[in-house]
Amino acid sequence: MPDTNESIQALAQQEYKHGWVSHVDADQLPPGLHEDIVRAISAKKHEPEWLTEWRLRAYRHWLTMREPEWQKPKYPKIDYQGIIYYSAPKKKPEVSSLDEVDPELLETFEKLGISLDEQKRLSGVAVDAVFDSVSVKTTFREELSKQGIIFCSFSEAVTDHPELVKKYLGSVVPYTDNYFATLNSAVFSDGSFCYIPPGVRCPMELSTYFRINSAGTGQFERTLLIADEGAYVSYLEGCTAPQRDENQLHAAVVELVALKGAHIKYSTVQNWYPGDKDGKGGVYNFVTKRGMANENAKISWTQVETGSAITWKYPSCVLKGDNSVGEFYSVALTRDRQMADTGTKMIHIGKNTRSTIVSKGISAGHADQTYRGLVKIMKGATGARNYSVCDSLLIGGTCGAHTTPYIESANPTAVVEHEASTSKISDDQIFFLRQRGLSEEDAVSMIVNGFCKDVLSELPMEFAVEAQKLLGVKLEGAVG
Amino acid sequence: MTDPLLEIRDLHASVDGTEILHGLSLTINAGEVHAIMGTNGSGKSTLTKVIAGHPDYEVTGGDVLFKGRSILQDEPEQRACAGIFLAFQYPVEVPGVSNLYFLRSALNAQRKSRGEAELSGAEFLALVKEKAKLVDIDQGLLNRSVNEGFSGGEKKRNEIFQLAMLAPTLAILDETDSGLDIDALKTVAHGVNSLRSPERAFLLVTHYQRLLNYIEPDFVHVLLDGRVVKSGGKQLALELEDKGYAWIEEEAAGSGSISVA
Ligand SMILES: Nc1ncnc2c1ncn2[C@@H]1O[C@H](COP(=O)(O)OP(=O)(O)O)[C@@H](O)[C@H]1O
Ligand SMILES: [Mg+2]
Repeated sequence: MPDTNESIQALAQQEYKHGWVSHVDADQLPPGLHEDIVRAISAKKHEPEWLTEWRLRAYRHWLTMREPEWQKPKYPKIDYQGIIYYSAPKKKPEVSSLDEVDPELLETFEKLGISLDEQKRLSGVAVDAVFDSVSVKTTFREELSKQGIIFCSFSEAVTDHPELVKKYLGSVVPYTDNYFATLNSAVFSDGSFCYIPPGVRCPMELSTYFRINSAGTGQFERTLLIADEGAYVSYLEGCTAPQRDENQLHAAVVELVALKGAHIKYSTVQNWYPGDKDGKGGVYNFVTKRGMANENAKISWTQVETGSAITWKYPSCVLKGDNSVGEFYSVALTRDRQMADTGTKMIHIGKNTRSTIVSKGISAGHADQTYRGLVKIMKGATGARNYSVCDSLLIGGTCGAHTTPYIESANPTAVVEHEASTSKISDDQIFFLRQRGLSEEDAVSMIVNGFCKDVLSELPMEFAVEAQKLLGVKLEGAVG
Repeated sequence: MTDPLLEIRDLHASVDGTEILHGLSLTINAGEVHAIMGTNGSGKSTLTKVIAGHPDYEVTGGDVLFKGRSILQDEPEQRACAGIFLAFQYPVEVPGVSNLYFLRSALNAQRKSRGEAELSGAEFLALVKEKAKLVDIDQGLLNRSVNEGFSGGEKKRNEIFQLAMLAPTLAILDETDSGLDIDALKTVAHGVNSLRSPERAFLLVTHYQRLLNYIEPDFVHVLLDGRVVKSGGKQLALELEDKGYAWIEEEAAGSGSISVA
């Protein structure tokens, strides 16, 4: 498989070269944010009038909003006029061999068991495509399109499937939603688009990894996934390898639409650069993710959050249709100076809607984390049920964990259960495992992975194995 | 003469600043089975943890040699890989970690440290099958999380199963017999007996003579207030069963350490 990815990546880079050279005069807009910038972004992307207007409405609304301050992680003020909102994807500085790559990065790759070829790809070493890359791309797309599945970049979708984009863009996360989502709506660069037709079960895990045109769109990414009636799709976002990025602020939006009887499973492993030991230089990950479940539909969010200096993220489900189901499985690991404020919102609107929340937080060093969850039962949600469990595991005595579950119920027939626990890794557990021959780090990693089992087991198999290794690597040196 | 397998010389050890072991000496040769008996609080578990290297226990004097070499500077996992195994009096639970996954990781870590190839999945499972039979452990327990929700007896059986799997040269059993019914005790004893070999030694910590009916020790030592105060053959255990510990306490008070062996 790595060969396939490389080929696609190589192709992607080629396409950029062509694309940008022919259509774009300058590959970068000046820093700053005003209406002309928003218009220019839209123009550079050859967007239809309605989308330009949508962006502008978002921008104007954004001007009336205030940056939120209620979340636990505090961060230095962001200078929004200092950011460049449009820049043609930069090619990563290319090196000719792995010898020239940061040895620390290579060491991490090795620990994660990432193959040599993959290491080359991730660290931007020029790789010769072994396959005929065009045919690889075609096979992949052909297989999907045979079943009517659309999987492409957001920009391509705007051009090729405007009716779908127009219908669903902002239908789950309106452009007025929150400060960062609104900013994203005004200036989003690109992202993924996916549509699964009625009754189709997507035959493979869809991954941003495979998606062409993914490079350089990280900062204001926009993802829209639509599963039509009775469809099923499992979507993977992210990568376990450390992702360095020159952009500090990441404000992405993900919208999921599950029509009647559809099932969307969305899995994330987030390992953005957390900054150095003092938290300097890390990514601020302020993401809005929400899914709308219609009648009998199901949306499952699974996330493993290990990166970023600050994570601020609440993948949520709007359980609009009767009998719809929402699930949220989360592992968040913070160490050193990392901060995470994460959780979910389950909005029960339909009758007999059900939601499950399993949140596992691990803190080490001086890290701080907050679980913030809202279970809201609307008046009409007769027979709604929620079960939440939030467990925190502390490693060492200088870290913090906070659990803030909000429950609002307007329907007396609803049943809402919440369990929470905070534990420490016991010295006797570590000693027991060491007595059997495991190193202290392996012992801690094993205990942590056991603690997260209920979440990791929700991930697709291969991803779970990688996530498990990732947790081990992230914990190195965090103990003692 | 080869070195003794384990040699403890005038060992002093404390926990939280309180000295628990006050000059304990003991020598175990390969192939031997030693029993340590003593009242509650006499320091039996402390001794086992000091040998295994628990970081909470500080050695303030004396030495512990394994195969002729002091191990006091070694990490617990190094001692384990060298062949020291401790079956715990109170086995801990590790939620979410499957028993077999844990054991395979441990076994392979030990093999790796000895320069041996890791066992493949199939080889490992074959070994599991053989050893599970030996200690008559329920297959269902093997796939469950380590000790989570196990009964007291199941936890002890699981310790012996780990012992059989890891095949150490020195096996220390801390009150493995307590909390076992007679059938479980027999199976555990059967497991231990079939693991006896000329290269392997056992140190059985027990409160009761009962276990020694099924595992016959070569030597019995009585621990009192952090010291070995009396050593003898297996008849010493019977004597203790008969007369209790009081007479030893009196003897020890009168004349210090006594050795019969
Ligand atoms: N963490 C500790 N702090 C202080 N005293 C301890 C600690 N652990 C054990 N002890 C004491 O050490 C003595 C020996 O304990 P232990 O070795 O468990 O005895 P045994 O196994 O023979 O019953 C007891 O008096 C016990 O109270
Ligand atoms: Mg004891």
